[in-house]
Amino acid sequence: MTSFTKPHIRRKNEPVNKLGLVRADYDGAMSTLCAGCGHDSVTASMARAFFELSIEPHRAVKVSGIGCSSKTTAYFLREAHGNNTVHGRMPSVATGAVAANSALTYIGVSGDGDSLSIGLGQFVHAMRRNVNMLYVLENNGVYGLTKGQFSASADLGSLAKRGAPNEMPPIDPVSLALSVGATFVARGFSGDREQLVPLIKAGLKHKGFGLIDVISPCVSFNDHKGSTKSYAHTYQYYHKAVHADYVAPSKDIKVCYDEGEIMPVEMHDGGVIRLRKLEKGFDPRDRAAAMSALANAQKNDEILTGLLHIDETHPDMHALNKMEDRPLNEIPYAELNPGAAKLHDLQKGFR
Amino acid sequence: MSEAAINDFVIKLANVNGTGSASANGLLMKAIFRMGVPVVGKNVFPSNIQGLPTWYEIRVTEKGYRGRSGDVHFIVAMNAETYERDLAELSPGGVLLYDNTWPRPHFLTRPDIQVLGVPFARLCNDAFKAARSRILMKNMAYVGTVAALLNLDLDVIHQLVREMFSTKPKLIDLNLQAIALGYDYAKEHFDCPLPFSVQSRDNTAGKVMIDGNTAAGLGCVYAGATFGAWYPITPSTSLMDAFAKYCDQLRVDVDTDLHKYCIIQAEDELAAAGMIIGAAWNGARSFTPTSGPGISLMSEFIGFAYYAEIPMVLFDIQRVGPSTGMPTRTQQCDIQLCAYASHGDTRHLLLFPADPGECFEMAVQAHDLAERFQTPVFVLSDIDIGMNDWMVDELTWDDSYQPDRGKLLSTEELEKIEKFHRYLDVDGDHIPYRTLPGTHPKGAYFTRGSGHNKFGGYTEDGQAYKEVVDRLRAKWHSAASKVPAPVISPSKKKACCGIISVGSCDGAVLEARDRLEAEGLHLDYMRIRGFPFSDEVEQFVADHDEIFVVEQNRDAQLMGLLLLETDVPREKLIPILHYSGEPLDYQFVYSALQEAARVRKIA
Repeated sequence: MTSFTKPHIRRKNEPVNKLGLVRADYDGAMSTLCAGCGHDSVTASMARAFFELSIEPHRAVKVSGIGCSSKTTAYFLREAHGNNTVHGRMPSVATGAVAANSALTYIGVSGDGDSLSIGLGQFVHAMRRNVNMLYVLENNGVYGLTKGQFSASADLGSLAKRGAPNEMPPIDPVSLALSVGATFVARGFSGDREQLVPLIKAGLKHKGFGLIDVISPCVSFNDHKGSTKSYAHTYQYYHKAVHADYVAPSKDIKVCYDEGEIMPVEMHDGGVIRLRKLEKGFDPRDRAAAMSALANAQKNDEILTGLLHIDETHPDMHALNKMEDRPLNEIPYAELNPGAAKLHDLQKGFR
Repeated sequence: MSEAAINDFVIKLANVNGTGSASANGLLMKAIFRMGVPVVGKNVFPSNIQGLPTWYEIRVTEKGYRGRSGDVHFIVAMNAETYERDLAELSPGGVLLYDNTWPRPHFLTRPDIQVLGVPFARLCNDAFKAARSRILMKNMAYVGTVAALLNLDLDVIHQLVREMFSTKPKLIDLNLQAIALGYDYAKEHFDCPLPFSVQSRDNTAGKVMIDGNTAAGLGCVYAGATFGAWYPITPSTSLMDAFAKYCDQLRVDVDTDLHKYCIIQAEDELAAAGMIIGAAWNGARSFTPTSGPGISLMSEFIGFAYYAEIPMVLFDIQRVGPSTGMPTRTQQCDIQLCAYASHGDTRHLLLFPADPGECFEMAVQAHDLAERFQTPVFVLSDIDIGMNDWMVDELTWDDSYQPDRGKLLSTEELEKIEKFHRYLDVDGDHIPYRTLPGTHPKGAYFTRGSGHNKFGGYTEDGQAYKEVVDRLRAKWHSAASKVPAPVISPSKKKACCGIISVGSCDGAVLEARDRLEAEGLHLDYMRIRGFPFSDEVEQFVADHDEIFVVEQNRDAQLMGLLLLETDVPREKLIPILHYSGEPLDYQFVYSALQEAARVRKIA
């Protein structure tokens, strides 16, 4: 099996973005996932978000681990470098890559096995470091490539395809992210692009680590009756708390909103995220409120979605390490080499 | 065993760790070095912060030998826990100095040694008030006594004390007072100096005393590394400490306080490996210092970097294994682990420094080789090299040096080419071109550890897979002439037999070889400095009938590698193995070679 090239089809009067590119310019290779896989919808949403933000494809970087979700970095942004690393270790490769060149836009794609079992440690530590990247966790509660074992995000009592119940409590990536200080925490659903695309755009523009946990059903191994990660279950218990729109920096931004209903959050690039509350009394800028709302939703078996927490004030990894804006990989050697005379001086203490 | 003589003896200081003895012992060694007499210092310390035995050995060697001798002529026994062992270790005719505030008459059971007692505790208790001072100043008091007994230059010692406490001037007088206590007591009670002592010479001009980890950290600065990731592990920690210290001095903008580097303390070694791979993939020179357990954890990523062809620089400061082993004791036990680290067919580039000078040079070479060959490169140091202060030639730098970034396509070059294929051998040198993210739309490719063809596409086609891994092997092999060449030291007379050794064995092997030569046993000597083995290694093996392979591990790992990777027949190689965890001494090598030669009837 080899990867298939997706045909380039140009339609008349196709919308173009600020770079003059069409949506298809953000495509990648043909997906090899199962028909109806939630991940393909997420891929399409990611491509659309990059298109709508008018990010030059080659100025984006895609990183992933191992698993069905991780394969999808090949299926969008063909003109961007991709790095399909080893299982559960994408966050560390992303951390090094971001450290070397902060001027690019980084998107990581992972799954619940990759992030919550084998990769739990790296996932958590990337959030603690506030690495400037968007991390999309395509969550289906099951190991797809190895054919149907429960993952660590499987809910208590959720049934496997052959009927066995999951008897261990799940790891909820959103609760986990809130507890370790992640600065952008959202949940979406592969079946709701209207909510997901704006979330991805906001996450890409967030300076720091952005997590979007996307419920993305596995049609082959976890879409049956009794599964809590099926399309049917997700649609039934889906609860939108906050809607987020990213508004690019522009002179025309009018800071005009109904206090209490729409909350603007200023981004580092000068843009604004407009949060539309769908839930009374919930302020996503307040971490404790987000945790409490999440706990309440869990109690009621609701899947709380939207931008659940945002903090634009916490320094990202670059700021924490006092790095200059110029990417490390662009600093000329002449500036890095102390020279022979200096070497002589440095050794005075060794005599 | 050799007699102690002027400028030729070994002093060993037995202490309790956490009592401040390390700086006192370092001061003694530095004083002798500044008197122009070469020294070899070995710190044998526990994996502990306070309370366990620790030893510091200083060999005074006017001839400038670089290894341990195996003798102990003078013991400063400051740890009652180890009195028995220290007493037993002392060579006949030796001197034992101890704190006789609590007398130990049974020391006199060895009539072949001289026992000197100084009431260090009592002297310090009388002179100093603070409890901590009373403990710390005992160290400086024995420095004074040793200075009197060995005829050390007090001006040199006083100057060193002033330098040591330059930021805490209040402590200078306190320390000088303690030194005087011990010095005066010795002058009053003993015949000073001892028959063996130190006389000033001019044999250390142009030399520095530096440890290998500091030198390697400095080498990474000069190599232009801007990113380092690591997980703290003994004995590699001081390498990153040095890199951080020099970056802080040299790479922080004075006006903005912003850094031209980034150091990340990772959550574990797996993450450290991933981070340096990510940074190197994105065009920043990067490295990680670690030790054997770290290499075990990094192995999956090492295979990824090998197969996806990403530069990776690793410093393995080897310590005694297996498992946690003895973390503060030295060995060369990761040679085979590093040569083939990771699952599947993998093989790597190894560099073997023998002293801190080579740690500096090889740190730079490792970065050049990793980028030239787009592959992991290991610098295999060890605790002995990494954490002991060695006397080496002052480090020098060639200002015309430019980093070899390898076959990296620029934006302009990508603009000109029609199509870029990541793993295509365009030039016939087995090395493909690589691109960095963000440079040009034509440069994009998908980096993967899964099966790929020469164009970079995913494949499960056997032929396409083989084409890539066959090129990888050829690429690896082509590095044999680019890694540091072996150092061959021929015997004075034509020799039919030889010695092969590596790394920190060098000083002991050279000295043993020289002493055997003086007795008529002639052996050529080759020190291996790189892997894959070059033609010179093959030639040396072919040119000798029998070869002794001296190394510091149980399983003859270097010998095993020679058997696997050269045409040498098994019966030609004779292992000489030292793996107790203490740095190698020449007497061990001398005796082993002498015995092996006798058994094999080699003249």
